[in-house]
Amino acid sequence: MAAAEALSAERPAALAWRRFARRRVALVSLAILVGVVLVTVGAELLAPYPQGRTHATDVLANPGRDYLLGTDTLGRDTLSQLLYAGRVTLAVGVSVALLATFGGTLIGMVAGYVGGSVDSVLMRLTDTLLALPALMVVMMGARMLGDSIFDVVLVLSLLGWMAVARIIRGKVLSLREMEFVASARAMGAGTWRVMFRHLLPNLVGEIAVAVSLATAAAILTESVLSFLGFGVSQVDTPTWGNMLGGNEGFMTVAPWLVIPPGMAIAVTVLCVNFVGDGLRDALDVRGDGHSRSSRRLSSRGASTGLRR
Amino acid sequence: MTRFVLRRIATMAPILLAISFAVFWAANRIAKPGYDIAINPRVSPAARAAYLESLGLNEPLPLRYLRWLGDFVTGDLGTSLVRNGSDVWPIVRTALANTLVLVGTAVVLSLALGIAVGTVSAVRRNTFADYAMATFSFAGISIPVFWLGLMLQLFFGLYLANWLGVTPPLLPTAGLYSPGRQGFDLVDRIRHLALPTMTLSLQLIAVYSRYMRASLLDVMTSDHIRVARGKGLAERTVVIRHGVRNALIPVTTQAAVDIGQLVGGLIVTELVFQYPGMGRLFVDAMTGGDYPMLLATTMIIAAAVITMNLAADLFYGVLDPRIRRGSG
Repeated sequence: MAAAEALSAERPAALAWRRFARRRVALVSLAILVGVVLVTVGAELLAPYPQGRTHATDVLANPGRDYLLGTDTLGRDTLSQLLYAGRVTLAVGVSVALLATFGGTLIGMVAGYVGGSVDSVLMRLTDTLLALPALMVVMMGARMLGDSIFDVVLVLSLLGWMAVARIIRGKVLSLREMEFVASARAMGAGTWRVMFRHLLPNLVGEIAVAVSLATAAAILTESVLSFLGFGVSQVDTPTWGNMLGGNEGFMTVAPWLVIPPGMAIAVTVLCVNFVGDGLRDALDVRGDGHSRSSRRLSSRGASTGLRR
Repeated sequence: MTRFVLRRIATMAPILLAISFAVFWAANRIAKPGYDIAINPRVSPAARAAYLESLGLNEPLPLRYLRWLGDFVTGDLGTSLVRNGSDVWPIVRTALANTLVLVGTAVVLSLALGIAVGTVSAVRRNTFADYAMATFSFAGISIPVFWLGLMLQLFFGLYLANWLGVTPPLLPTAGLYSPGRQGFDLVDRIRHLALPTMTLSLQLIAVYSRYMRASLLDVMTSDHIRVARGKGLAERTVVIRHGVRNALIPVTTQAAVDIGQLVGGLIVTELVFQYPGMGRLFVDAMTGGDYPMLLATTMIIAAAVITMNLAADLFYGVLDPRIRRGSG
């Protein structure tokens, strides 16, 4: 099998897809995710009621024919809110993941490739931010900015790039010693050209895995923030997190208000994690940047970089 | 070794100093001390100036920072603005103790279970049991902690109690001790700890079992394991005496880091279970604009996190000479 893979002139993307598709869990997760995205994006078509429509005579209605998942204290249909909220939650998760991965990749590449004092300053910053209690810092940041979607995306992105930077830097440290980098430099390629034309294509696997894992983390953090009332405002923009936060007090009389949003978060994050894991195998990416051993390895790399 | 320790402490000091300034700046932005007086139209400008001066708020931020830092390191944390002007330190101390009890229980329990699960997964890798535990781990890191807490409250506090027909629920869903209880009652405390510990542990067990699995698989490929096998030792002895013992190093180090992180990371669990710890104190201070309390909680949490990180690093260096040489 391995020999056949090596010999075939298959395009890398096709090869990766074939390896990804071999994992049934990852494939099923991807299908569920596509489903979740479709129903939330198509909320206007699928939701029984428009977003935020209140029904004054049907407050805290039980799940039934009119309201499949019941209604909340303002008589809003839980199912409709769930679909509209999912769109916001997913959008926040994906935007944060893309922004954080972009920033982390840039910082990791510069630190790893340029090295020297640039590397030690950037990595000191990364380590300091990683060492802080994450949720507390995010909450303080959210408090200083505001409760719009953009504020939440900004805070989560600004505080979410560090793990990616570490992984990318570690990979760049080993890549930059390889012959193709030396030959590119010998042909006169400058720092930025080497980084973006020669190193970046070799980081695609790491970046893809980082985006998926960052999406899972961002969805969870956003829901925690919104649950606590520090995230997206509960007034006009439903998210899965603030649906839970706003209805927590009615949990015992109306469990349909807290069970569906939580299930939605759990299932979505679980699927994203499974897809990320599948990508990691398919793209042959090692290390998750969190484990002690890889942390040790990279900080050993940092000190050798300092000496050089 | 001494050089390694000193070096680590020396790199930590500037980071702690930088963080303390960031905390001071952020707390000022969030709690806005003196803001309500400054915008109150019924307070005359002279009275306003006198009030701000009495609190030392008329001075520039860096000066106030230095003054606060001096007070902080000498143990003067000030008085709370909302709790009838009581001293901050006794309140923080009680909350810190409560949090450490919860964190300690959860981490110890999760370590024991996580190590067991991880060892079994590694020994029986790629079997059904391994896949089942992997799925459990993925679920553990994917379920939002606050939601798990709510579901446990619903289940133990409502459904199970109703089903069994008992009036006080099997396990209490909030607080530290039963209302009206006097003195220290261990059983009552443990019952109140049960649900928050369960909530925290699911995630921790998921993480530790994965670390343990990876770490043990890594160790089992090393030379000393081949030697042990070559000596003809039973596989069980090889795994437990030579494998698990070495594989424990990264896992327990991670647990040390977690204890620090969890002192500030319990916010969600403490709020859901109304557990009077540091996280809840921090949120109350932030929403209530209690500026001295906010400064004290954030700074103590940050210091705890960084100290535990340092402790983990030192511990690791003691156990693994390669690290010591690499960074020293």
